[in-house]
Amino acid sequence: MSEQKKLRVGWFTFTCCEDSTILMTELMNDHWQDWKKYIDFRHARVLKTKNVLDDLDVAFVEGAIASEEQAKKLREIREKSKKLVAIGSCAVLGMPSAQRNNFDEKTMQEIQPILDKFKQYPKVKKLSEVVKVDIDVPGCPMDPKLFLSVVDSALREFKIIE
Amino acid sequence: MHNICEIDLKSVTKIEGDAALHLEIEDDKVKDVKFQVTESKRFFTQAMRGKPVIGLPQLLARICGTCSNAHIMASIEACEKALNVKATEQTKLLRALTMYALMIRDHALHLYLFVMPDFFGKDSFLELDENDEAQHQLLHDAFEIKAAGNFLAQIIAGRSIHATSPTIGGFLHFPSEQDLKEAVVKLEKIRPAVLRLIDVMKNSSFSLEGDTNFVALETPRFNFLEGDIISTVGERITEAQYREHLERVVIPYSQALGFKYDGQPYMVGALARLNLIKDKLHKNTKKDAASALELFPSKNVFHNNLAQAIEILHSVDDALEILKNTKISPEPIVKFEMPKTDTVGVGVIEAPRGILYHRVHVGTDGKVIDGELVIPTGQNQIILEKNIGKLVEKCLAATALAGSRSGGKKMDKDKITFEIEKLIRAYDPCMSCATHFLKVKWTEK
Repeated sequence: MSEQKKLRVGWFTFTCCEDSTILMTELMNDHWQDWKKYIDFRHARVLKTKNVLDDLDVAFVEGAIASEEQAKKLREIREKSKKLVAIGSCAVLGMPSAQRNNFDEKTMQEIQPILDKFKQYPKVKKLSEVVKVDIDVPGCPMDPKLFLSVVDSALREFKIIE
Repeated sequence: MHNICEIDLKSVTKIEGDAALHLEIEDDKVKDVKFQVTESKRFFTQAMRGKPVIGLPQLLARICGTCSNAHIMASIEACEKALNVKATEQTKLLRALTMYALMIRDHALHLYLFVMPDFFGKDSFLELDENDEAQHQLLHDAFEIKAAGNFLAQIIAGRSIHATSPTIGGFLHFPSEQDLKEAVVKLEKIRPAVLRLIDVMKNSSFSLEGDTNFVALETPRFNFLEGDIISTVGERITEAQYREHLERVVIPYSQALGFKYDGQPYMVGALARLNLIKDKLHKNTKKDAASALELFPSKNVFHNNLAQAIEILHSVDDALEILKNTKISPEPIVKFEMPKTDTVGVGVIEAPRGILYHRVHVGTDGKVIDGELVIPTGQNQIILEKNIGKLVEKCLAATALAGSRSGGKKMDKDKITFEIEKLIRAYDPCMSCATHFLKVKWTEK
């Protein structure tokens, strides 16, 4: 019997509350046996320690981009992934992580020293302002049904399942 | 010649959020430990200003994915205290059930997915061996327990993440009788799995002992919601007095803020709760977890994991008690008016990781003037750093001893790094929470 081919997946998190990461671990309650069989989590900090960023079929990216360091990492993920999926409201729209973009001048002055100290962008960006995004899974947290259908389509597209 | 060694752990894994660690060792002594919370801040303390108070709990839920429902409960309590709203008895029970659902799924996530791989020398929980009987059982137990907690959250609070039903003055949606029956069946079914989990955690050999000041809310029914604040060494205080006892500590290299309680580092969370109020646990929990409970009060930080497992059992037992003995029926939200003068409310609850403090200042127009949040992970940060130093010195002493026997000595960086990650995971830190409440001025005038 030949070894089961698996979908090469990365799960990445930037600036957000990680609600979609948690929802993904809850969806595992019903789907873990399939995922164990069909998905090779190459990079998922919430699940494992030995993470590698090499060629991926699909990168799921949660959160907004708040610094050049994050943007650089996102561009690297994009280069190495055949498909990039924006997961949850912060990745798709920037909000609510980008709420500081709308602060008034006085509040901006209050937080400016922190932004400077940690080299944060003046404005928080959604993923599509930094890289090309192939699929959006919006929601706060992400819409679970839509997410499962994206996983299912990817498994078919990359010929993991018929 | 000095023997200097630096260890940089760029990204701690299997925790909620992102953190890094910098460690300097000189001549087998720890010279410097920096536990850095590396997530970007999202400035909820600033964002809450000017928002309508009725929308505040939903906004603040977005601080954290895993314990969003704890933020909702703390924020609702703060808003209700400010607006002088008295919750009904049924609402109090539904809130307790919301907390129990949260503890079941959040503690189970931590114990199985984050901690358990370390017990079996695996990189990921999914790598546990299905052909090994014990590991096969644990894999199935994990997802069944989490699913039961998730189900309870869905029927009581609407969702297990960013719950939609709880609001200021009550609940917006109520479970059907069928839902409640199904919840009873699911909770009874996972009880043996929870007892197995307690056994696994009890038999762990991980240990780091030390004198720590523990601080917890003395909730009469161990329902995580309301009570006085007690500590190992301090006096009993009310929720509203809590902030006066805390000292903010700016940690220059971290995106989070540390705290001291009465001038001392301290620990909050499951271990603190079990050490201080284990007598309040449900009678069935006391009976079936009796031998595990004998280990408390405990000075071993790793017993935080065992304490969490026991709290899952209590949450199952008291949830069953409520579900079997209460008729839950739809009721209107308690009406309230906006304050005649601006007013302040404080809500303090026990989130999965420890005491969570929300303060809100509401104006006569019903909008938030300002507020403050104190998060468990920030409170544990100073004691965590101290204990990382202690753990590393323990590892170095063991290496030196082994080296003097074998004639050579070699420090195993990977081994020490692994031990540190294990310790950090025992605290179950939550970086999303820790980075999104800041109210700091970096340049003091």
